[in-house]
Formats: sequence, structure tokens, C-alpha cells
Amino acid sequence: MATEDHVDQPAADQPEEGVRRRDFLNVAAVSVAGVGGVIAILPLVNQMNPDADVLALASIDVDLSAVEPGQTIKTSWRKQPLFIRHLTEDEIAEARAVDVSALRDPQTLEERTAEGYEQWLISLAVCTHLGCIPLGAAPGENKGEFGGYFCPCHGSHYDTAGRIRKGPAPTNLVVPEYAFTSDTTVTIG
Amino acid sequence: MSFPWAEQYTPKNPFMKWMDERLPIPRLVYNSVGAGYPVPRNLNYFWNFGVLAGLALMIQIVTGIVLAMHYTPEAGMAFASVEHIMRDVNSGWLLRYLHFNGASFFFIVVYIHIFRGLYFGSYKAPREMVWLLGVVILLLMMATAFMGYVLPWGQMSYWAAQVITGLFAAIPLVGESLQQWLLGGFAPDNATLNRFFSLHYLLPFVILGCIILHIWALHLPGSNNPTGIDVKGPQDTIPFHPYYTAKDGFGAGVFLIALAIVVFFAPNFLGHADNYIEANPLSTPAHIVPEWYFWPFYAILRAFTVDFILEAKLWGVIAMFASIIVLFFLPWLDRSPVRSGTFRPKFKIWFWVLVVDIIALAYLGGAPAEEPYVMFSQIATIYYFAHFLIILPLISRTERPLPLPNSITEAVLGKDKTTAQPVAAE
Repeated sequence: MATEDHVDQPAADQPEEGVRRRDFLNVAAVSVAGVGGVIAILPLVNQMNPDADVLALASIDVDLSAVEPGQTIKTSWRKQPLFIRHLTEDEIAEARAVDVSALRDPQTLEERTAEGYEQWLISLAVCTHLGCIPLGAAPGENKGEFGGYFCPCHGSHYDTAGRIRKGPAPTNLVVPEYAFTSDTTVTIG
Repeated sequence: MSFPWAEQYTPKNPFMKWMDERLPIPRLVYNSVGAGYPVPRNLNYFWNFGVLAGLALMIQIVTGIVLAMHYTPEAGMAFASVEHIMRDVNSGWLLRYLHFNGASFFFIVVYIHIFRGLYFGSYKAPREMVWLLGVVILLLMMATAFMGYVLPWGQMSYWAAQVITGLFAAIPLVGESLQQWLLGGFAPDNATLNRFFSLHYLLPFVILGCIILHIWALHLPGSNNPTGIDVKGPQDTIPFHPYYTAKDGFGAGVFLIALAIVVFFAPNFLGHADNYIEANPLSTPAHIVPEWYFWPFYAILRAFTVDFILEAKLWGVIAMFASIIVLFFLPWLDRSPVRSGTFRPKFKIWFWVLVVDIIALAYLGGAPAEEPYVMFSQIATIYYFAHFLIILPLISRTERPLPLPNSITEAVLGKDKTTAQPVAAE
């Protein structure tokens, strides 16, 4: 190409070998454009994260005064169902009697409840297998082989501390962050 | 495509060779915007604006797709969902301001692109199809921009929908039924908003398809150039890559800086404060004007105030649509064989009169509908049509063009090639 030949000839003051001024400018310009392009992608990705009004719903207060021992209430936190279970003495004893080291996801009842409020088992009602709501909250529902919860989708059994005992779920029911603001009210999230 | 001396694509590694035999996309890219597309060596910065328009469309499509993830096309919720984007969605303000101002920047670069084509005769043979497709793209852009403007469901949105669909009501006999069909009701409402959202999402991809045809049609004869004369041989061209990719990259940088300045420092400069008031079917804003890029056409619409055989309203609508339709006939109205305005002394003067005329129409279109603006709109409208329908056909017969250079290379380097060569090597 006649055109190419004379345009591509290095000017007399440029070295034939090594890094030419043009190489430097080329790499610098393409790098700046590349970095800029990547940074421009960040807001396009970030816009899909939970937005401010979703995060504003991230904390709820629940009044527990009407929940009798043996009763479980279902509420909603961050648009996810939540179990709040008032454990009976028997259920607490049962949970404490388990050999923790034999569990799939070893945790004691104390680790899964607030200090001084061991009778309140607060966990997400979301099976850690694939996200169904386990049974066992309402009276008459199947509580599974270990008296806690039973997920009908794929047969995961949870005990009275919400720990996985049998079935495909990999971990215990998730305990959210919460704090008791009085003996009968709890702030979740 | 184009010239026989174009560089040939030769896949270097085995994978590219394998790919080339099965789905030759790298070859297509190489021959379209790579070293395989020879381009006249003398293009000036006005030739950046086609690529910039493509960039603007991509920005609109990308930001539009993510905005659609948060927007709700429902009359009771649309306005609040836009405020939700502005306040709650992560980076939502940035994406919406980019989309909103990106539309204006798209029109800025497209208008410069069109004026470049007008001055340098890019609409003439053998590029008539390129021009016609360009006018189609302009019409699609206008429809898309209008429907997008309705989506936030503010006061200006609502009344834009009312007024623009009202244009169709001017058509005799079927007008009123046509307007109701467009709106899906008797006034803009939920049905209108939903169909406008659907079409606003669809049309950019139709534009993209037309752009592919536009570029395809362009690449058969190759790009025009500031001298308007044909490429005569390899010495008149340079490969698109790296020469024009680098130049377009620079132009894109300047474009993005300008967009960023407006987005970050004056994001509402090009908008109307009234559009931050939710749509109210019972109250029209005091001063109702479209977005700035429709002002010249809006001035033409309002220039007709007297009934003459047909109603004034209908004349206005006909004239407004005709002001764009006339562009379809431009390649056959201007019969001068010389393309570039540089070598056409009379054309050049009238071209600049047209530019001033269109800027004046834009100003008048944004001004209130009262005197003296109406009278000036009428004069400017008369000139607009006279330019295309009378002046261009006449001067293409009477004008005596300046002598054309023998070749692009000669125009760039002068006749003395021995002294000119080292300059080119710099």
C-alpha cells in the first residue's frame, strides 16, 4: 500500500527500536479509555442492588406479649417470612440435649437465641435448601421428625432450635440480627 | 466492499481462521470499521458526528434498559416511579440524567451530522439511499423522543401527549377517531402511557436496524469528503483503523466531556420545571413548548394562522410534516453535479441563510405564540420551503462552480508533490 508506506515511516527524530512516543501515547490513551469504560459499568451494575426504599424496610418491631409457649407466629421481615416461636420447657430441654458435634451445622440453642430470652426462637421461615417455607408453625402442621419444622418441598427436618437434622438443607434456619427492647418487644434487623 | 485496494482480512491465529470460515464477524468488523475500510484522507471533524450519533444511541439504549427496570408505566404510579429512580435507586439520578440529557445530545450531534451532509452534498448520487435512510432515522428519533418525554407523566409530558396527538385530529373526516385510536381514549391516560412505553422501548432497536442499513448503503460508494470529489486511487485514502478510529475516539472523548458537564452541573438546563409537577388533566401549564429539538418544527406548525381553503390548523400540521418530508426529495431538487458547498459560491451563501433561518425558527418555536414572533415564524417558514423547493433547483442551474481539484490528494497536498510528501509523513 503506497499510502500506508509513507504514512507509517517513522519520522527522522524517532528511534527505530525501543518504545516510541507513539507507542506510549497509544497505550496511555487506550488505558484511560479502558479504565473509564470499566468505571462507567459500575452504576449500571449497582442500580440493580436493593434501593433505598427497600433498605428502609429492613428493620421491624414485633410485640410478643400475646404469644403463648408452644405457639409460633409468622411475620414478614425484608419481604421474607419470619418465624417467632415461643419454645416450651420441653422443647428447650430437647434442644439442649442434642450432641452438638454430631450436627451438620453445629450450633447450641444459646448460640441461636438471645441471652436471657432462650424461649424465643426467631428465625427466617426460609428453608436453607431452596427457599420454601417450612411447615410446623401453625397448629396441626407437620413439625418433622425432630419436633421443629419440616420443609415439604424436599423433605428437610429441623429441630426445636431450627437446626437442620435430616434432609438436603445444608445449614440451620437463618437467625437474623435482633435485640429485645423490653421483655415483650423485639426489634428485628 | 468499496475500493479494490482495501486491505484484505487475513486471520492470524488458528482460532480466528476457524471462526472466519464459520461465522466471519471479525472479517465484517475489519471491513466496516477496521483497516479494511479505506476512507478519504481529508475528512474534517464534521465527519466525527456519525460515530458520535451511534455512541449517543448506545448510551440511550443502555441507560434506557436499566431505567426500564425501575420505571412503572401506569398513570397513577409513573410520576412517583421516576421520583423513586431519582431518590432511591442506586445511581438512579445519574442514569436518568444521562438518558434525559443524552436525548438532547443525540439530537445535537444528529443535527450537525445533517448540516454536514447538506453542506458537503452527501445526499447526492451515489449516496441518495444513505440520505433517505437518514431522514427515516430522524423521523424515528423524533417519535421515540416524543414518546419518551411522555413517560415521566409530568405536566409537560401530559400536555405534550395531548397536543402532539391533537395534530392528527386536524386531518379531515378521520382525524378525531385517529386521535382517540392513538390515545386509546378521549384524553391521555393509562392506555396512552402503556403503549408509549412499549413503543419507546421498541423504536430505538428499529433505529439501530436503520443505522445498519445506513452504514451498509454508505460503505458501497464509501464516505464523501470535504472536497466532494470521488476517490481516484489508493493515494486518496487511508484505512479507517487506526486513523479514523483514533480521530473518532478523540471526538468521543470531547462529546462525553460535554455530556458529563451538563449531566453533573446543569442536569435540568435543557428541561422544563413544569415537568416536575405531576400530570393534571384539568390544568394546562401557562407556557407550553416542546423540547428544544422540536422548536423549529413547532414554529412552522404555529406559523399558520389563517384559514385558506383548508383550516389553518390543518395547514400547520401539513407544513410541519412537509418540512421533513421535503428532505426526502432533496437529492432530486438539487441537481448540481458538484457535491461540496466549498466549490459552489451561490449555494454556500444560501446554505448559511438556511442555517440562520433554522436557528431563527428554533428561537421562535420556543417563544410564546404572540406577535411579533408569529410574523417572524411565517417569514422563516416561507424561506425554509423556498430554500428547498425554489432556491436549490434554481441555483443548481444558474450557478457557475469553482474549478474542482483534480484529486483529493492534490487538494490536500497541493500540486507540488515533491515538497508535499514529507508533510504527510509527519
